[in-house]
Amino acid sequence: MLPSPISIRVATEWLSARARWQPLEVAFWIVAFAAIWLFPDRHLILTEIAWLGLFALSLDLILGYAGIISLGHAAFFGLGAYAAALLAKYEIINEPVLALLVAGLAAMALGFVTSFLVLRGSDLTRLMVTLGLALLLRELANRLGWLTGGADGLQGVSIKPVLGMFRFDMFGHTGYAYSLTVLFILFLIARRLVNSPFGLSLLSVKGNPLRASAIGISVDGRLIAIYTIAAGYAGIAGALLAQTTSFASLEVFSFDRSADLLLVLIIGGAGYLYGGLIGAIIFKFMQDYLSALTPQYWPFWIGLVLVVIVLVGRDRITSWTAPFRRIASHLSWRTLARRISAASGERR
Amino acid sequence: MLTILFDGIAYGMLLFVLASGLAVTLGLMNFINLAHGSFAMAGGYVTVILVNRLGVPFFASLPIAFLASAVIGFVFERALYVHVYKKPHLDQVLFSIGLVFMSVAAADYVMGSGQVFVQIPKFLQGQFEIYGIGIGRYRLLIIVICGLLTVALQFILANTRFGSRLRAAVDDSRVARGLGINVNWVFALTFAFGSGLAGLGGALGAEILGLDPTFPLKFMIYFLIVVTVGGTSSITGPFLASLLLGIGDVAGKYYVPTLGSFVIYTIMIVVLIWRPQGLFSRAASR
Repeated sequence: MLPSPISIRVATEWLSARARWQPLEVAFWIVAFAAIWLFPDRHLILTEIAWLGLFALSLDLILGYAGIISLGHAAFFGLGAYAAALLAKYEIINEPVLALLVAGLAAMALGFVTSFLVLRGSDLTRLMVTLGLALLLRELANRLGWLTGGADGLQGVSIKPVLGMFRFDMFGHTGYAYSLTVLFILFLIARRLVNSPFGLSLLSVKGNPLRASAIGISVDGRLIAIYTIAAGYAGIAGALLAQTTSFASLEVFSFDRSADLLLVLIIGGAGYLYGGLIGAIIFKFMQDYLSALTPQYWPFWIGLVLVVIVLVGRDRITSWTAPFRRIASHLSWRTLARRISAASGERR
Repeated sequence: MLTILFDGIAYGMLLFVLASGLAVTLGLMNFINLAHGSFAMAGGYVTVILVNRLGVPFFASLPIAFLASAVIGFVFERALYVHVYKKPHLDQVLFSIGLVFMSVAAADYVMGSGQVFVQIPKFLQGQFEIYGIGIGRYRLLIIVICGLLTVALQFILANTRFGSRLRAAVDDSRVARGLGINVNWVFALTFAFGSGLAGLGGALGAEILGLDPTFPLKFMIYFLIVVTVGGTSSITGPFLASLLLGIGDVAGKYYVPTLGSFVIYTIMIVVLIWRPQGLFSRAASR
């Protein structure tokens, strides 16, 4: 039996209501793009925030929306970084945007192949497999010294101008505009994705896989799909890092990177798309401040933050965003228009 | 050839002592404790301070390392870990990673970032030969100590009152509580004992594995391999797994040095895909 036209209409309306742009979201992106002209002297750190935000967004897709814990998400990040750096160094693909796409596709391919490993087993098995994968790739990059430069990292990479027009400069001006544009486009795609029926089915898989399969959702298929997509996102984030710094080293695969990423996402809150972006902003500024304070020992404070977050409770930590979210949900276009018209009415 | 086997066994035994505490917390209590290596590192540094700086005899420092790590483990369990037992795995992972980061930075701050070694007594250095097998004296000592510990551990778990209480608490903590077993206390003691063993392993292993502030990170994957590959239904599983890992790692590094750690990681992933409950577990209990 086909669903009735009314229920289809209700569902479509509900979905499009979910997907509607809120004023705060628009403001967020306006500020982000305005930063290109407003804060030219902070572009280096802003670039880092942009790729870290994209990386966290990628983890959010699998952790926040599909409930897969990964300790080795740096595997895809690193693969993307090395792919982009190698493509540029050996002048295989000179156009950065094209290289970015290829790096993303390479990471997606790896994500697709390894997603089958992640499907099986408990949280612990997943942790081990993802962690092992990142370690394997790191070892691989270390051993293939003739190609990757081994422990010294891949040096002598020069990135050609974006679209043949915008040259990368040492102040990160081009880098930030470029990274932010990539982040924005990928964010739009992710936003479309999680607000679609596919995104909803992911949430149901996260909530209860058994029930999800009972109502006809292919659990494995959904997990493979989102894991592959997230891997591609992580790869592009890594490629952005390699392109904006003209460098790739073994450090891109490191365990610390995967662990830091979890912290980024937890600070911002998993399970909504802005969590990773907000987390990246807070994390980078915190790191900047702490490492200026104690260059060698800042991991201690990062660790302390993690322990405190868990002991206090993740829900309570991320609840600091709740008032904003409440405001955001009240602040729809209609109320905004009403207030504006009321204000202009008073003036008259 | 046999020398490699011998070294591998010594290495494996050491890994077992280091990881056996984790086998209990992770396997039995179902708590993902990535910070296990931090307790081992604590034991190692205690020994280094005692032997190198204060001139305490090596053998006297081993029990002290055990006690120090056990006390640290006990305090942490009572103060912090109890709050995290019931939380989801993601929280446990975040919490223990946080502890690892803190311990790494703290060790760096207190002890410096360089690698340190324990001055082992003269009569334990060097090696002798039996039937053409080169046997390192220190490695022989490790095999003897770790072998004794394994037997003792198996005995405690299987034949003592505490062991049966622990197994009862793990199998069904509610019923165990109903029978008047103080489950929290049993868990705390077990955790402390496991940390103590890790500390002892760290003290013994400082000479072979090398000790520096990144120790908990470097060996985390090894501990996890031992526990997940070995399975968690018995103490023999992790024991066999650590022997295999030790021999495999030593032989792999000796015969195919170009492959490095590939062998280990690949084997781990294959095993986990093939048998997610571990190689030696009889059946998934839960």
